[in-house]
Amino acid sequence: MKRYNSLEEVRSDLSKGLISCRSLTEYYLDNIKKKAHLNAYLEVYETEALAKASEVDQKIKEGKAGKLAGMVIGIKDVLCHKNHGLQASGKILSGFISQFSGTAVQRIIDEDAIIIGRQNCDEFAMGSSNENSAFGPSLNEADTTRVPGGSSGGSAVAVQADLCLASLGSDTGGSVRQPAAFCGIYGLKPTYSRISRYGLIAYSSSFDTIGIISRSVEDAALLLEIMAGPDNFDSTVSHKEVPAYSKSLDFGKKVKIGYLKESVESPGVNEEIRKKTQDILTTLEKEGHTVKPVEFSLLEYILPTYYILTTAEASSNLSRYDGVKYGYRSSEATDLQSLYKKTRSEAFGAEVKRRIMLGTFVLSAGYYDAYYTKAQKVRRLIKEQTEKILSDVDFLVIPTTPTTAFKIGEKTEDPISMYLADVFTVQANLSGIPAISVPAGNDSQGLPIGIQIMTKAFEESSLLAFSKYLTSKN
Amino acid sequence: MDKSIIEKYQPVIGLEIHAQLSTQSKIFASDSTEFGSMPNTNVSVITLGHPGTLPLLNKKVVEYAIKMGLASGCEINRVNFFDRKNYFYPDLPKGYQTTQDKAPICKGGEVVIRMKDGEKVIRLNRIHMEDDAGKNLHLAGETDTLVDYNRAGVPLIEIVTEPDIRSSEEAFQVVTEIRKLVRYLEVCDGNMEEGSMRCDANVSVMLKGATQYGKKVEIKNMNSIRNVQRAIDHEIERQIELIEKGEAIFSETRMFDATTGSTYGMRTKEELNDYRYFPEPDLQPLNISDKWLADIKATMPSLPNYLYKKFTTEFGLPEYDAQVLTDAKEIALYFEDLCKHTKNYKAASNWIMGPVKGYLNELTLHINDFPLSTQKVSELIAMVESGKVSFAVASQKIFPEMINQKGGSAQQIAEKMNLIQESDTGALQPLIDEAIAKYPNKVAEYKAGKTNLLAMFMGEVMKLTKGKADPKITSELLKKTLDNLN
Amino acid sequence: MHIDKETIRKIAHLGRLEFEEKNEEHILKDFNKILDWMDKLNELDTSNVAPLIHMSSEVNVLREDEVKVTLKHEEALYNAPKKDSDYFRVPKFLG
Repeated sequence: MKRYNSLEEVRSDLSKGLISCRSLTEYYLDNIKKKAHLNAYLEVYETEALAKASEVDQKIKEGKAGKLAGMVIGIKDVLCHKNHGLQASGKILSGFISQFSGTAVQRIIDEDAIIIGRQNCDEFAMGSSNENSAFGPSLNEADTTRVPGGSSGGSAVAVQADLCLASLGSDTGGSVRQPAAFCGIYGLKPTYSRISRYGLIAYSSSFDTIGIISRSVEDAALLLEIMAGPDNFDSTVSHKEVPAYSKSLDFGKKVKIGYLKESVESPGVNEEIRKKTQDILTTLEKEGHTVKPVEFSLLEYILPTYYILTTAEASSNLSRYDGVKYGYRSSEATDLQSLYKKTRSEAFGAEVKRRIMLGTFVLSAGYYDAYYTKAQKVRRLIKEQTEKILSDVDFLVIPTTPTTAFKIGEKTEDPISMYLADVFTVQANLSGIPAISVPAGNDSQGLPIGIQIMTKAFEESSLLAFSKYLTSKN
Repeated sequence: MDKSIIEKYQPVIGLEIHAQLSTQSKIFASDSTEFGSMPNTNVSVITLGHPGTLPLLNKKVVEYAIKMGLASGCEINRVNFFDRKNYFYPDLPKGYQTTQDKAPICKGGEVVIRMKDGEKVIRLNRIHMEDDAGKNLHLAGETDTLVDYNRAGVPLIEIVTEPDIRSSEEAFQVVTEIRKLVRYLEVCDGNMEEGSMRCDANVSVMLKGATQYGKKVEIKNMNSIRNVQRAIDHEIERQIELIEKGEAIFSETRMFDATTGSTYGMRTKEELNDYRYFPEPDLQPLNISDKWLADIKATMPSLPNYLYKKFTTEFGLPEYDAQVLTDAKEIALYFEDLCKHTKNYKAASNWIMGPVKGYLNELTLHINDFPLSTQKVSELIAMVESGKVSFAVASQKIFPEMINQKGGSAQQIAEKMNLIQESDTGALQPLIDEAIAKYPNKVAEYKAGKTNLLAMFMGEVMKLTKGKADPKITSELLKKTLDNLN
Repeated sequence: MHIDKETIRKIAHLGRLEFEEKNEEHILKDFNKILDWMDKLNELDTSNVAPLIHMSSEVNVLREDEVKVTLKHEEALYNAPKKDSDYFRVPKFLG
């Protein structure tokens, strides 16, 4: 069977009778087995996926199939799927079975997506390399000695290695875009509050968004269209109307494009990535678009702000994992304090513990204003400056990452160097704006490069149309 | 302890009262709030804090909190948000309580209490909304503590007073008034025994005349208003004793033990807490518009203080009557309505406090189940007033019969039962003459100065009239007749 | 800002975590390094900036007071590491 790059291709072959959902699902299941060493999936729903595939085939015959009929999809292990395991790639939720499906997951199920399994990621979505998984790292298919990025590493690898057509991930600071860039595929982080967070394990509530990893802009547009919109189970979700993203992908106008000087000048950015970014900007200029450098003076404050705020929220969000109601409980729990401390210390990984410690610290008496309140203020500055830039240009185009996929183990000893991997992606999460990583070819070593496009909040329509356009010029 | 020592000190008390709001569903989830369900049945993934769940604010909780604020003269905070209070406890499923720290829904306000020496105003600091915790059960013979999350997420308002309270009696009155208010507003059933209203007291003492408050001790676990007073009394004495012995007061939380009437300290070493409050990112701000506020105001009943003032000034009732009548809203409203049918307010008050309450108490009925309309009761008042029947006859004979018949006019019943008083002197005179004629010896004694024999003759006349004679007129006529005898 | 081991222990207690004593030095170093990095924010004057708290622009998101049963009793207890037919169980404690 050939490699499909979009649902449209799948649908075309389905309608010609060349494939069935069942044969397609068998193909992906087979690939998953063949490429088990990539460690992309924590659990594969073989029987269930095949049953669903047959059901969808039947529905297609009857003309009753949903909009995602033919889409075989994997979900990151932070998304609740009723009666399925859910562990956030950590030990603390060992054996946990979710008792409900999150809104986004339910909406794709209702449109006949076939969920093939849950995917490896950094524990509680905290990480940039997928090395913080209790199930071991997922490997980048382009070079298996390298990381796929994170935190949605397994989800990106699954799409990269043809283990499903698309994945649902989550993006708190770049967790969809950065691995998409490392794996040479698309990674979309929608506007904060565009998709309900109900059923997404919380890492940092004011940053978390469900994101889409796909092989085409069209698939990202369609999935977004289906998952986005009001939901009675998330008080923060936007009630703004959801446009038909998948039907508004034509792009004909001339636009203003801004880029950060640092991203094409800074020695911190890999030479080949700088060159690639420069090339793209030149192409765009040649196409008649206005391309200009923009001043973003707060770049170096982005990551500290992000880490103060996300660790603070995370320290609270992860308090519920206490060994009382569900999941892991230490066998050495003899009294209340040991119940908590042994359970949490034994079952949380090092990075999760580090962030709980940091977050607890920045919220604690005496430090709250100096760190937490300060970071909330800087977040406002960052958001306002970003909005100001985007009032002047239509899109910001910068590299998704400062480097291509790094070696496994390369950054695990130095948390700050790991945190720096997110330097270009975090701005969108701090500002709540949508951003996408678009594949932009490979470097000389064959490692994928991603280009990131950001735009104003709730402007996913133009973001997706421009991404499709950029892909065609690339 | 010697009273003179106690009197050297000035207690300073503040209260924190938690009232469970009587909504059908929880504050952030649709689970039932019903009390007494089987353990862990009124729960959902939200209540249990399952991964991926988010809170959904119950509109009625906001409205109830605002009602309480308006009733207490608070300023309603127009821009509200929630905060997380972080701590670990098995009954706290999310690892934090969702509460309001920086922007409580109600600020300021007051509670007016009536003490022997007059009214006193106790200022409120705030009223805020939050979720209740579940319950940890420590059963004898169990090696485990059992956890039930039915109560987790039941909506609470916390009413926090300023430290304006100066005695346990005042504290007693404050809790009484607040309970009365939540019941009037029907936002909480005020049941302290079942824990739907709970009170913690912060108690300190200082020498009279001092300006610096002493170290405060928090007392918890008082399950009745009486126990609030007992606990505070005990705590005041305990603190004074320590100070008199030259020992220091330790800021701590102490539990009240109702069986011994004393308080005991909890081990606090592990409880050195830092709650790390921060804004709840899962809930959006709540803006209270003028219109919303006006709509809520429009649904509010008359409040006890308003009714108390109306009853004492407009109706001229004694303070005691007004206090009793305003204890419960339904009684007060019944009385208020009764006063639309009669101008004899004191008689109306006597009827409510006497026969009506007596009837309700005997059958443990609520005033809402009382079968007689205020119109009917006013007929009884009018009959007594006009002298047609005595109060005794009205309350003991006609009133029960009206209840039996579930209506019927008082006049008709009285006539049918032949209870209308003989006030016609023409009809009475022969009967009086008959009674006097029966006892010539007694007449002589009366004439000789034994005037208390009048009662004996009264009884005789009553016997002859089968009790229908108007006592006042009979007595006058009897006296006149006797005095006129030679 | 630099903190000491005592603060690390206090923070660990608040977060209900514990670390072996031999690792404390490493954690402290790591922690202080990150704090130094975070302290970079002090370069910015934010005295006239209001903290950004809510990222969604929705307001007054409210639910009607209606009861819905969404989870069976058995389901509620299903994931519990220790339970009986009625309750979640934890090691006995006082208070």
